[in-house]
Amino acid sequence: MRSMLKSAVLTALLLATGAAAQEPPPVEVDIVGGGVKSNITIAVPAMPGAAVGRDIAQVIASDLRSTGMFTPIGPGGIASYPQEQAAAPVFGQWRAAGASALVSGYVDQRADGRLTLACYLHDVTAGRALGNQGFTVTAADWRRAAHKCADLAYSRLSGHGAFLDTRVVYVAESGPKTNRLKRIAIMDSDGSNHRYLTAGKAVVTMPRFSPRGDRLVYTGMLARKPRVFVLDIASGRERLLVPGGAITFAPRFSPDGRRIVFSWANNGNTDIYVVNADGGVPQRLTTAPGADTSPSYSPDGSRIVFESDRGGTQQLYVMSANGGGQRRISFGGGRYASPVWSPRGDLIAFTRIAGSFNIGVMSASGGNARILTDGWQDEGPSWAPNGQFVMFNRIARGGGSTLYAVPVDGGTARRMPTPQDGSDPSWSPLQN
Amino acid sequence: MRNTLLLAAAVIALGTAGCARRTPPPEVAGPAEQAPVGPGGEAVAPGDVELTELPAQQADLIAKAGSDTVYFGTDEYSLDASAQATLAAQARWLLANPNVRASIEGHADERGTREYNMALGERRANAAKDFLLSQGIPESRLLVTSWGKERPVAAGSNEEAWAQNRRAVTVLVR
Repeated sequence: MRSMLKSAVLTALLLATGAAAQEPPPVEVDIVGGGVKSNITIAVPAMPGAAVGRDIAQVIASDLRSTGMFTPIGPGGIASYPQEQAAAPVFGQWRAAGASALVSGYVDQRADGRLTLACYLHDVTAGRALGNQGFTVTAADWRRAAHKCADLAYSRLSGHGAFLDTRVVYVAESGPKTNRLKRIAIMDSDGSNHRYLTAGKAVVTMPRFSPRGDRLVYTGMLARKPRVFVLDIASGRERLLVPGGAITFAPRFSPDGRRIVFSWANNGNTDIYVVNADGGVPQRLTTAPGADTSPSYSPDGSRIVFESDRGGTQQLYVMSANGGGQRRISFGGGRYASPVWSPRGDLIAFTRIAGSFNIGVMSASGGNARILTDGWQDEGPSWAPNGQFVMFNRIARGGGSTLYAVPVDGGTARRMPTPQDGSDPSWSPLQN
Repeated sequence: MRNTLLLAAAVIALGTAGCARRTPPPEVAGPAEQAPVGPGGEAVAPGDVELTELPAQQADLIAKAGSDTVYFGTDEYSLDASAQATLAAQARWLLANPNVRASIEGHADERGTREYNMALGERRANAAKDFLLSQGIPESRLLVTSWGKERPVAAGSNEEAWAQNRRAVTVLVR
């Protein structure tokens, strides 16, 4: 695909991929605010065919800007075009506007109440088409079609997987620190369609999506104890994962969605267990004295990364999915916590504690650690489904907690739009 | 937090979506359905599902024992001499008031990751529980739990506030 690209788009792309492909230095390095950004000026005029076409273009432009790779122009300030030009744009018009790429298309409002967005991507400088796809959604879901179209442009021009048509669950926080209202909330990854999944009477933390994005696991305080619950998002039905009085927390689904791995604290010792997602007797995976927690599966389901202080301080360990072969993988300075395996399998994101708390990534075998953020207390990493961004929560000293996303190749962390404070984000898989 | 916490309220909170859409009742298992599973004896007691705080007795405990709270060092869960003296006084109160149970509740300061602090809170509560056991309190009267860093009593982001938040609280319940 990349060989098809020419001109300004190609130049920007080569700059980006060339630098990003460099081997990370062997020691832990700080790349906060650094890294490489390409900056493709891309025109996103209002889509003809329906009034919502302008709103769709606005969402596409906003999505593309959020990736850090694009400077969108439009839909404000630039003219639209006749529908027949969606597939055959007048390239000179967009060159004159300063664009090197163009997202065009049109909206077809269908008799059945749904709408189809025809989405086209063009290399304006070279004057050629780069791809097109149609997305049919219910009229109320027009934003989903816009996200899909933005994903088409992002993935074709970056070479990375799509990630914009996703959702986020997190712990919405409000009120004073000493009596904090905590509710699990869900929103589109651009902040729209925000709603609460719990009412706030119980303290809730650590929500995590299932691999298909239809269920959550989370930790809720029930009768004064933290316990893992499984929640079906569409119906609101939920179930206690481990019956009885067990203190359970830090749950996460296996990649096939059939099992849930979690921590169980008992008699001053916390170990990692796994149980079928629909119930059953938990199987114990770790037995070392200490706090074994934050388990996260590799994307092929064969291994689990977790943190343990069995050696004296919090460090990262990897074991096979049945608990065998436990070995430490973090050896830099400081403590390491809350590891999460990248959906691409190549990296593990973590929280490093060394004075401040910061988000970093290391190779899945350990080593090549890079620190990506510079907050006072950044924690709780969660991967975008394409493995290119990590969302986390940033606690300000003396203040609240807010959500940010940072590019894994370096760059500025971007604040996620939430209506109030938030923590513990979980990024959904790409929606169908 | 010290208000009466009823199972019903917790279940409603956990099961009710914030949106206008109607949701069916949650499927949280009741005590009668809870089968004994897991590695620990205290993990299976069905009676710990429904707990009511006892404000009058709690005030009496604080008055007679001096405090319902013991404190810990950073990332530590060992009991210093002051904490042991407080727990010994709490044990005397518990022996004199045999009709209540105690939920020993561990907490952590904000300067730790969320999951680790949940484990650390349980360690602190367990250390306090072990001391109370050594003073002759029957295990059946003692529950252990952790709030992690979710319920600080001091709001500041400084050592003084963190020291207040690294604690285990003996909460009388029925």
